[in-house]
Amino acid sequence: MSERRSLLFGLMGEFSTPEDLLAAAKKAREAGYKHIEAYTPFPIEGLSDAVGFRGFRSNLVAVLTLIGGIGGGLTGFGLQYWVAAIAYPINIGGRPLNSWPAFIPVTFELTVLGAATFAVFSMLALNKLPQPYHPVFNVERFSHASTDKFFLCIEARDPKFDLVESSKFLQSMHAQHVNEVKDEE
Amino acid sequence: MSGDEKLPGGHEPEPWIEPGHTYASVTDKISSVVLTRPLGIGWLLGFGFLFSIVMVLNLAIGWLFMKGVGIWGINIPIGWGFAIVNFVWWIGIGHAGTLISAILYLLNQKWRTSINRFAEAMTLFAVACAGLFPLIHTGRPWMAYYMFPYPSTMGIWPQFRSPLIWDVFAVSTYGTVSLLFWFVGLLPDLATLRDRAKQRWQQVIFGMLSMGWRGSARHWHRYQVAYLLLAGLATPLVLSVHTVVSFDFATGIVPGWHTTIFPPYFVAGAIYSGFAMVLTLAIPMRKAYGMEGFITLRHLEQMAKVMLATGLIVAYGYFIEFFMAFYSGNKFDVFLAKQRLHGPYAPFYYALILCNILTPQLLWFKKVRRNIPALFVMSLIINIGMWLERFVIVVISLTRDFMPSAWGRYSATVWDYATFVGTLGLFTMLIFLFVRGLPAIAISEMRELVHQESHGDEGHQ
Repeated sequence: MSERRSLLFGLMGEFSTPEDLLAAAKKAREAGYKHIEAYTPFPIEGLSDAVGFRGFRSNLVAVLTLIGGIGGGLTGFGLQYWVAAIAYPINIGGRPLNSWPAFIPVTFELTVLGAATFAVFSMLALNKLPQPYHPVFNVERFSHASTDKFFLCIEARDPKFDLVESSKFLQSMHAQHVNEVKDEE
Repeated sequence: MSGDEKLPGGHEPEPWIEPGHTYASVTDKISSVVLTRPLGIGWLLGFGFLFSIVMVLNLAIGWLFMKGVGIWGINIPIGWGFAIVNFVWWIGIGHAGTLISAILYLLNQKWRTSINRFAEAMTLFAVACAGLFPLIHTGRPWMAYYMFPYPSTMGIWPQFRSPLIWDVFAVSTYGTVSLLFWFVGLLPDLATLRDRAKQRWQQVIFGMLSMGWRGSARHWHRYQVAYLLLAGLATPLVLSVHTVVSFDFATGIVPGWHTTIFPPYFVAGAIYSGFAMVLTLAIPMRKAYGMEGFITLRHLEQMAKVMLATGLIVAYGYFIEFFMAFYSGNKFDVFLAKQRLHGPYAPFYYALILCNILTPQLLWFKKVRRNIPALFVMSLIINIGMWLERFVIVVISLTRDFMPSAWGRYSATVWDYATFVGTLGLFTMLIFLFVRGLPAIAISEMRELVHQESHGDEGHQ
């Protein structure tokens, strides 16, 4: 990536409706662009699929959440078993030390805790957040991406990227503005 | 709008958002409360007053730490008193926030959108107030870490067969997951505030909090997966928390506590009181900040319906408690049931029936459900009623259990009241800070709602 990195990060087209953006993203994929990304003020159904984010990678958060949940549950039960049966056994009227029904509530709580923390932190980590700087923020109108405008960025690292051709493509898709995205590096 | 959303009469249901709103207008309206609106005299006076109440709480807790729990009205046989009544009351209030944000999300209920954010904030603040009580009730709160499993030099570990330890895990998990859920929901809105902020300090603070969120399709995809999973996890969690709270009572042998109806009836009661608190907060807030277009009359009516339904479950719980006491033939249970009707605390029981069962029956009438002052008064009555319910459960059972020689009486002292009122002040003060410091309505979800509603219109043309 570093070899191909230039001052230009990509081209960004601005759309006023989610439908225009979705159509443009689909057309861009069909036209052979690989490195595209859409930016929207709210989630739009089918958009991640349209920009080529699909398959196992797109479900990684769910997989990690499952792992977190199983890990939390095993930790919870293991801890209680170890404490009650091995580390600090208390004989109460000869009742079994591994009194597993009494361990269910804490096991359940730690399952939920493990799954929830994994869900949130894997979402953040896979999204590479926190990330204070990103080239798209250099586009002045990009502040509308969190309010009322919809953006499609064709990145310069795309083999098919061409400043003139890609710009024409975005305009042909009814982009209201097309801006160059500069990278500071 | 799809055909199945039409009412039987063929006319359209009221929209969930005032017509005419755009992506920009909802964003502007909600974010301006945080970013540009000056602090009014009403807010400042209210905040000052609440701050002084929080100082009363500090005083009450400071005195408690110096003197010990003897300054409260508790004494054997009544070891629990106000502290546990308040704990159960506060934690129950928190549950409506999770219900709105998680369960209604899974059920795809659009009306949760404009109320979920501040209901979640309410949950967090209520859990904070709730957690305070068992902590200061331990007598030596600086030893509270004994409750967590940590490798101590004494080689002592917590007793995991005790519901009180389950409670520690349930409440701390609930607090953590609620905080995570709330923060995930806030993330896109913090980015909106970052982009709209005009002042440098606002840009820096919201810039850091939003972590560089840029709303890319990949971001949103992972975000939605995480949010859906959190909703799915929070749903059984919220049911488990009040179930575990009810186990604190139900696993004991004290008459009136040792019943299997407790878990479901506690959960229903929690949601009941929580919705009452959401209404208590939503009605003044929508008025003060002109949010009537977002939190519509239809939202309030919907919440009133949930209150009516959960109130009926609670009424069923009261009935079953009585029925089982007599049906079991256990003389202590029968005696306790009679104590509720004729004992020294009978007025509390009758007040409870009046607040929780009789008054809410007015909600059967559409006129009452759509009358805002009536709903507000009703929500206060239900909050009081639910507090009385916990008082009845804790105090009547403990004052008159098995042996008359071990009976006692309970009355709260000024420090009990000061602590309770103090947490009310703390809770309301945090709500005051929240509505001015963070978007009280989920902006990105409102934009989504605008999108959905506008599509409905197109479908009809």
